[in-house]
Amino acid sequence: MTFFNHFGRYLLMIKGMISKPENWKMYWKELMHQCYDIGIGSLGIVVIVAIFIGAVSTLQTAYQLVSNLIPRSTIAQIVRDTVILEFAPTITCIVLAGVVGSKIASELGNMRVSEQIDALEIMGINTKAYLIMPKILASFLMIPVLVVIAGVLGIWGGRLAGTLSGILAPEEFETGLLGGFLPYNVVFALYKAYTFAFIISSIPAYFGYYVQGGALEIGKASTTAVVTSCIMILFADYILAALLL
Amino acid sequence: MIEIRNLHKSFGEKVVINDVSAVMEAGKANLIIGSSGSGKTVFIKCLVGLFEPDRGEVLYNGVSFTTMEDEQRKELRQKIGMLFQGSALFDSLTVQQNVMFPLNMFTSLSYSEKLKKVNEVLERVNLKDANKKFPAEISGGMKKRVGIARAIVLNPKYLFCDEPNSGLDPQTSLVIDKLIYEITKEFNITTIINTHDMNSVMEIGDHIIYMYQGDKEWEGSNKEIIYSRNEKLNDFIFASEFLKDVKEMRTREAEGK
Ligand SMILES: Nc1ncnc2c1ncn2[C@@H]1O[C@H](COP(=O)(O)OP(=O)(O)OP(=O)(O)O)[C@@H](O)[C@H]1O
Ligand SMILES: [Mg+2]
Repeated sequence: MTFFNHFGRYLLMIKGMISKPENWKMYWKELMHQCYDIGIGSLGIVVIVAIFIGAVSTLQTAYQLVSNLIPRSTIAQIVRDTVILEFAPTITCIVLAGVVGSKIASELGNMRVSEQIDALEIMGINTKAYLIMPKILASFLMIPVLVVIAGVLGIWGGRLAGTLSGILAPEEFETGLLGGFLPYNVVFALYKAYTFAFIISSIPAYFGYYVQGGALEIGKASTTAVVTSCIMILFADYILAALLL
Repeated sequence: MIEIRNLHKSFGEKVVINDVSAVMEAGKANLIIGSSGSGKTVFIKCLVGLFEPDRGEVLYNGVSFTTMEDEQRKELRQKIGMLFQGSALFDSLTVQQNVMFPLNMFTSLSYSEKLKKVNEVLERVNLKDANKKFPAEISGGMKKRVGIARAIVLNPKYLFCDEPNSGLDPQTSLVIDKLIYEITKEFNITTIINTHDMNSVMEIGDHIIYMYQGDKEWEGSNKEIIYSRNEKLNDFIFASEFLKDVKEMRTREAEGK
């Protein structure tokens, strides 16, 4: 299939997903279930990645700023801005594309291959609405939260690394943290988070939902889903930076 | 009643259903028989719209399913129960939750009413004490029975069973056949069953369609099938020497020799 076939079918999937639920309560339950899976399920890895990335950026920024003319607190400013602008949204979402994306693709792929999607369809349920919509909504709700957590923890990790390595004292770090802060950066990070949330949930859902074949194809679909999502995240990252900064 | 007019389906070059027409009446067990790969599964999937046929029409009580809008299809499907060849149970749900799923989605009964209904159907398919088990923890035959329970829990008007008794022992197989037959009569359901089990054919075959390489090769009832002179059908039914002998005896009897 060509790119255009895929893209067309992807758009139809998104369109088909918008319909009135057969039963609000069941959809709500499914949404909560997905929120838990996506939010709580990937919290651990997000926390670890964020702290280390923040810590490493303090060390590396200090290493690059050798001049004595620049105050040490500038390190904190740089760490803060790179974490908020790039590391927290983009790196977190690339990690989530692996964790959440592969889960969505393989879950739907398995349901397709074992005819569970057909079984739902036969009952008179819109499977796109029931299976895909809650995943996308849950991503919209949870991924920005994870990104904010990653941002806070990333900066905290940077502060910790500064203290532990003796590069700059916590007080210095905090001075830098407050200096020249642009609230818009946070807004921009959230724009990114929402865009990436859509990518991470809808692209793997597409590849999983339309799997054909058996277990082998589920694996392939899930790899394709993660790779495509990552590329789309980086692509969108560039577009957003070009448009909004 | 389901009416099928000139149904045609091919995958690429391969013709799987070749211009088949038939009428499946309500209150009867309509059996589709044929060897493995003869297109039975594809046939019923075309009837319920899981495959779109290339040509032809399917009418449910006179209303064309083929040209129906999505919303109407969804409504009709709430009256359809289907058992899949591989059972297709939801593997994140327990047996009880699987059977309760259609009730949760389409009824506003209280939990205890739903539970009562679930236990009722599970009992009908001879499955007790498995409520809390997950599909991965039960045998293939048990999965089949859960699949049937889930298909009938909403009292469907149309019931499709893809090989309800493959993988079951003869005894359970008989129980399942009887159950499907009973509810077919009791609720005047239009039931379509794919099978290659000759016991079921003789037991419940009110109306039998024999499929051979995508064609409807023979049509009749279990009273007639034994005496059929169709070569291909006979090769299929009397695959074993023993059965061939039985047939010869019966035919001689019938001819009064
Ligand atoms: N999705 C598909 N794509 C291509 N060919 C298919 C597809 N599904 C089925 N076929 C082909 O259609 C033919 C009929 O398959 P079908 O599953 O209907 O057989 P069956 O009569 O149900 O056999 P069995 O008794 O083994 O279940 C087979 O030759 C199969 O290869
Ligand atoms: Mg089959």
